[in-house]
Amino acid sequence: MASSQRNPRGFPAPPLFIGLAGLGAAFFLLPLAGLLVRTPWGSAWQLLTSPEALTALRLSLLASLSATAIALIVGVPLAWIFARIAFPGRAVLRALTVLPMVLPPVVGGVALLAAFGRRGLVGTWLEQAFGIHIPFTTAGAILAESFVAMPFLVITVEAGLRGMDLRFEDAARTLGARRWTVLWRVTLPLVRPSLVAGAVLCWARALGEFGATITFAGNFPGRTQTMPLAVYLALETNPDAAIVLSLVLLAVSLAVLIGLRDRWLGAS
Amino acid sequence: MKARVLGAVAAALLLAGCGGTSEPGSPPSSGPSGSITVFAASSLTAAFGRIGPDFQKTFPGTMIHFAFAGSSTLVAQIQQGAIGDVLASADQPNMQKLVNAGLTSGSPSIFARNKLQIVVPAGNPKHVTGLADLGRAGLVVVLCASAVPCGHYATEALQKAGVTVKPASEETDVKAVLAKVALGEADAGIVYVTDVKAAGAQVQGVDIPASLNVVADYPIVVLKDSQNIALAKVFIGYLHAKGQETLARYGFLPA
Repeated sequence: MASSQRNPRGFPAPPLFIGLAGLGAAFFLLPLAGLLVRTPWGSAWQLLTSPEALTALRLSLLASLSATAIALIVGVPLAWIFARIAFPGRAVLRALTVLPMVLPPVVGGVALLAAFGRRGLVGTWLEQAFGIHIPFTTAGAILAESFVAMPFLVITVEAGLRGMDLRFEDAARTLGARRWTVLWRVTLPLVRPSLVAGAVLCWARALGEFGATITFAGNFPGRTQTMPLAVYLALETNPDAAIVLSLVLLAVSLAVLIGLRDRWLGAS
Repeated sequence: MKARVLGAVAAALLLAGCGGTSEPGSPPSSGPSGSITVFAASSLTAAFGRIGPDFQKTFPGTMIHFAFAGSSTLVAQIQQGAIGDVLASADQPNMQKLVNAGLTSGSPSIFARNKLQIVVPAGNPKHVTGLADLGRAGLVVVLCASAVPCGHYATEALQKAGVTVKPASEETDVKAVLAKVALGEADAGIVYVTDVKAAGAQVQGVDIPASLNVVADYPIVVLKDSQNIALAKVFIGYLHAKGQETLARYGFLPA
C-alpha cells in the first residue's frame, strides 16, 4: 500500500520539496491566468479584427512561413551534413549554427546588421552590386526570424537522421536509384516525423521572434512590424489590443505543444 | 535542517524580488537620504548620466537610479505597476496620461526644453539640407513611433513643412533612431538637438529653422507610490536649480 505521497518509482519526497514543485508550477500558470483574466472578452473580436492587428497577423504569418521555408531549404541539407559527413571542424561549425538558440536575439540582430546591414560584410556589396537593401524590409524580418529559428529545425532533423536505419538507403542504392531519388524517396520520408516536428518548432520560434527583428529590421506596420512587435507597441497605446494579440500567440503556442505532444508529453 | 535552510533561501529570494527602492530602516535625518528610481525619457540619458553623480556628490548618502526608455514605454510600465519615484517625460501627453490615471503626487513642472534636429551620418553623404529633403524618394528615413514623444514632435514639424515622409521604420525610442543613423542603416532621422550633441563623431545634425521646429517641454513629477518623496522632491528641486547648468551644457533649453 503506497501512501499518496509515495512516488511509484522512488522514495517518498519531503513535503517541502513537493511544495517547491507547486511554487514552480504556479510560477508558470499564474502569468497565463493573468492574461486570461485581463482579456477584454467583450471587445476581443473587434480588437483582433482591427486593421492594425490584421496587418500584424498577416505579416507574421508571411514572415514566419517564409522563414520556415528557408530553414527547410538550407537547414535540412545542413542537418544531413552534420549527421552523415565527418569533416574537420564539424563540431565547431555545428555549435556555431545552433548558437542562435542560446544567443540573446538582440545580439543576433546586431550581428545581422554587421553582416547584411548597409555597411555590413555582405550588405555593402549587395547594395553596391544590386541595390539590395535588407534592413527595414520584410525580407529583413524574414532573415531575422530564419536566423533565430532555423537551429530548431537543424537539430531536430539531425537527430532524426542519426537515428535512421541506413540499410534502406543502401538497398535503394544497390537497386540502382540515383542520389536525388534516394534522398527524396527514402531518406526524407523516413525522417518525416523529425522534419514535421522541426518545421513546426522552427515556425513557432519564428512567429515569436522579437529582439532580432526589431534590431535588424526595425518596426513599420505591414512591413516589419510582426505580432510580437505589435504587442510591445500596443502595450503603450492600447493595452487591451496587446493582451488580445498576446492571447493569439499563446493559443498558437498551445496548439504547437498539443500537436507535438507525442514528442514531449506523450512519453508515458 | 537543510530543508529549513532551503526554505529560508526561497523566502529570501521571494522577498528580494518584492523589495522597494528605498530602505525603510534608514534613520530620519535633516538632509535627504536613501535612494530613488527616476524613470527618464531616452533623450535625457547623457545629461542625467552626468547630473546623477553630481547630485550624489552634493548630497552624500543618496543614490539615484535611472531607468531610461521612450516616455510612452515608461508610462506604460508605471501604469502596469513599475515601482519608482520620479518620472521625467519628454512630452506633456504621456505625462498627462499618468496624471489622469491618478498615479502622480502633486502637479508636474517643466524643467527643460528641447528642439528637433535632423540627424545624418557623419559627412552627410546624401546631402540632406532640410526637412523638405526627407520626402525625397530613395532616402532611408527613420522616425520615432507616433506614441513616443519624438515621433509626434517629428510629425508636427513635417506637417509644418508640408513634407510627406515614408519612414523605413518607426523606432521605439529616440536613441534607436540615432543608432540606426550612426550605423549607417538610415540616411536621416529626426531626433533632438541634444541627441546629436551627445552622439559624437559618427553623426552630425542638420538644423531645422525655428519656424518649422517644435519645442519639446520636459515635465517632471513625483510618482504617487514613491517610497521616498522627500528625496524625490530634493532631486526635482536640484534639476530646477543647479541641474540647469548641466542640462544647458548638453544642449537643453532653459525651462
